[in-house]
Amino acid sequence: MRRASRLAVPLGLGFAFLYLPILLMVLFSFNDSRLVTSFTGFSTRWYFALWENEALMGAAVLSLRIAAVSATMATLLGVVAGFALARMGRFRGRAAFAGAMAAPLVMPEVITGLSLLLMFVAMEQAFGFPAGRGADTVAIAHATFGAAYVAVVVQARLADFDTSLEEAAMDLGARPWKVFFLITLPLIAPAIAAGWLLAFTLSLDDLVIASFVSGPGASTLPMVIFSAVRLGLTPDLYALATLLVAVVAIGIGIAAWVAFPRRPG
Amino acid sequence: MKGRLGRAIVLALPWSWMALFFVVPFLIVLTIAFAEPSEGLPPYTPLLRWSEEGGPVIQLNLANFRLFLEDPFYLEAGLRSLRVAAISATLCLLIGYPMALAIARAPERWRATLLMLVILPFWTSFLLRITAWIGILQDQGWLNSALMALGVIREPLRLLYTDFALYIGITYCYLPFMVLPLYATLSKLDPALLEAAEDLGARPWRAFLQVTLPLSMPGVVAGFLLVFIPVVGEFVIPELLGGPGAQLIGRVLWTEFFQNRDWPLASALAVVLLMILVAPIALFQARAAREGR
Amino acid sequence: MSSAVAARPGTAEPWRDPAADPFLRIEGVTKRFDGFVALDAVTLPIYRGELFALLGASGSGKSTLLRCLAGFIEPDAGRIVLDGQDLAGVPPYERPINMMFQSYALFPHMTVAQNIGFGLRQEGAPKALIADRVAEMLALVQMEGFGNRKPAALSGGQKARVALARALAKRPKLLLLDEPLSALDKNLREATQFELVNIQERTGTTFVIVTHDQEEAMTMATRLAVMDRGTLAQVGTPGEVYEFPNSRFTAEFLGTANILEGVIEAADDQVTRIGSSELDFDILAEAGALKPIGSRAYVAIRPERMRIERTDPATPLADNRLVGRVRDIAYFGDFFMYYVVLDSGKEIRVSQPNLRRMTARPVDWDDRVAVTWDAEASMVLPE
Repeated sequence: MRRASRLAVPLGLGFAFLYLPILLMVLFSFNDSRLVTSFTGFSTRWYFALWENEALMGAAVLSLRIAAVSATMATLLGVVAGFALARMGRFRGRAAFAGAMAAPLVMPEVITGLSLLLMFVAMEQAFGFPAGRGADTVAIAHATFGAAYVAVVVQARLADFDTSLEEAAMDLGARPWKVFFLITLPLIAPAIAAGWLLAFTLSLDDLVIASFVSGPGASTLPMVIFSAVRLGLTPDLYALATLLVAVVAIGIGIAAWVAFPRRPG
Repeated sequence: MKGRLGRAIVLALPWSWMALFFVVPFLIVLTIAFAEPSEGLPPYTPLLRWSEEGGPVIQLNLANFRLFLEDPFYLEAGLRSLRVAAISATLCLLIGYPMALAIARAPERWRATLLMLVILPFWTSFLLRITAWIGILQDQGWLNSALMALGVIREPLRLLYTDFALYIGITYCYLPFMVLPLYATLSKLDPALLEAAEDLGARPWRAFLQVTLPLSMPGVVAGFLLVFIPVVGEFVIPELLGGPGAQLIGRVLWTEFFQNRDWPLASALAVVLLMILVAPIALFQARAAREGR
Repeated sequence: MSSAVAARPGTAEPWRDPAADPFLRIEGVTKRFDGFVALDAVTLPIYRGELFALLGASGSGKSTLLRCLAGFIEPDAGRIVLDGQDLAGVPPYERPINMMFQSYALFPHMTVAQNIGFGLRQEGAPKALIADRVAEMLALVQMEGFGNRKPAALSGGQKARVALARALAKRPKLLLLDEPLSALDKNLREATQFELVNIQERTGTTFVIVTHDQEEAMTMATRLAVMDRGTLAQVGTPGEVYEFPNSRFTAEFLGTANILEGVIEAADDQVTRIGSSELDFDILAEAGALKPIGSRAYVAIRPERMRIERTDPATPLADNRLVGRVRDIAYFGDFFMYYVVLDSGKEIRVSQPNLRRMTARPVDWDDRVAVTWDAEASMVLPE
């Protein structure tokens, strides 16, 4: 413990660096003043202002819809791709496939966004689909890079999956498809759920790719926040951030409660 | 399940998706980088045209790439991006390494919670966390108010829209990407190795330098690349926190595309950016593949 | 063979009966992986009710053979016939064979009872039958009251019992056990070995067990096969293989053996005489060497069959008597192992039981000693 205690100082400072800005935001979201710098009194008026900000609320609803759709598509693709990578051994073009799956993880967003936009434009010219750009194209773009994250999570889970569990099920008379649904799927379900959540969050958080591939009338929440921030800070943004932090904290709490229930005894 | 047809079907779905929405788009970027801007929509000239005689003519416009070499603005943006990315990754390493080490050596029942605390900010909006730093760093911001209240300074310091703000923002946002791979390698280190080093007479500091640090190099390299690669193309942080001089290549690309509507030049910049990053990305993927085995 | 080599009491010995029909026939089974021959034309009959052990080092092919039986691997050549049914092309989930896995492979998301009932549920067995069978199996492995636990809440020994119960629940014709006790510590392993044999005798199921632990194979098996590089080096009862090894490999793999090399000089009904270039005298063995006079032969002698005593240089040489110097003595508690270096430089191991407490050793380091043994202890190796 001697070693650990000496390292507690940098760890504490690191956490302060990570959390102080967030705490300040939470504090000032309850500030009465319009100025975001000095605390004049407790108020919840910015939460009501947020509720009445139609552009922001509309963008939030759109972003949630896009995130849900794209995360679901990403999960379907990513699970299949993760299985292909983890279980199919060496197949022709495996290296190229693995590269294509992993590339969105490290690719700068400006490149991904620009190339997808040019793709959508070329497709529209060639086939007339997708006609124009908007929520659909954002969802497709988000599903593409979300799938990469899901594939990585699922592949990692399958890599340390004890295959003798599947053999045991087969040995006891379960056909391959039953093995998949009775054994494999329930055991990797947490990884799939984590992958979905990751894809959902990334979609909800993405500004750059959405800015490229979205069209008029389809401004996502980050796009609206971005233009608002460029005009200047307002406390309702802090209220929004506080709500988001609360949602995440509650979500993590529930996840931890489900994943590590207290054992009796 | 083992049937060839079944495998082909399972592979076909993700393969064709990734080909359609990831590989082909790159080829399109590459072709448009050689086009000329035009007034129409899409705002570029087609590469392939039918000449008067009826044969196909391919026009390659190299001006976009020549611009990158001849106009110091673009070249400097490229070099500045690399420098900012390297400095940011180093800062993340300096802050992240002790954190990762502390978590790896914490009592086992604490580790998951501590690690969760590192990741938690990542799940909240990236943009809003940048916003918090604007509130802290601006002229009438929280930091200046606090310093003036304490009497440390009389005039507010210029903090926002400087390189200082840029590095703080990048380090703040990318720190988890450094801590996670470092923790992954450090937590796998057998504590007996360190005990053996101390048993053989190495003081803790030397034991760290000669045992822990060399063995954690895979994590250091992975973390460095995981920060370095995306920061080279970063747009949001330089735009919101950096000064007008912080013209990084991602920001230049954005400006060319959205403000100047020069799609071919933006494409050429994307190609250049990708060429800069090919080596580090290949290195990262080769390491990831080796780890995966 | 010798009456000293007794089978387990009450066990028939169908392998001695040429008319007996094997329950499981493994015929010429061959398996290659990327040019490496994992199984080389293995032929092995196994009889109903046997507890047959496949013993070998890692890479000997024993696990490959087990996985061929379970159906996870299809042999490149040869047949596997169980109770008259050729298993070629029969997938694992249709074979009347179940397996107890080395890792136990208990499904972590199911309770103990759900694990044990899993196989029967795949058959669509009625619920009442499944419940009865699960209760019966829990009783069989003495795990009553654990049905609602999850595997994560069980100890290693309890997991092993559940894995066994799950594999027996469908009443398979053949039960395969892959290193079933390797995860348990020594005392628990010994206790569980006896219990496993007990359950095997009570259920009458034919067991094939893979192990690298020779004690496990010796104490449990009716017969065992020593495997080496994809072939069966020797098949027999534990006693047969220990007392009549057919090669240097089995002699040294199962137990410890001193190997001496020589040429057969004379043989009659009683005694075989072997001259050795390594030694200054002859080795006598009881008759039974099948080799012609003049051929080279290896003789194996177990360390516990040898005697050791101090000697002086004047003692004349004699047959079955080696003279050397004690290089080292290892104390094992229940016995001593002496490492004796002969004048030729060859090293011989001799073990002596530790019969009395707190007495001075009659033989000490650097003593000049004579090592002797009876002719019946010399095992002339056929190969």
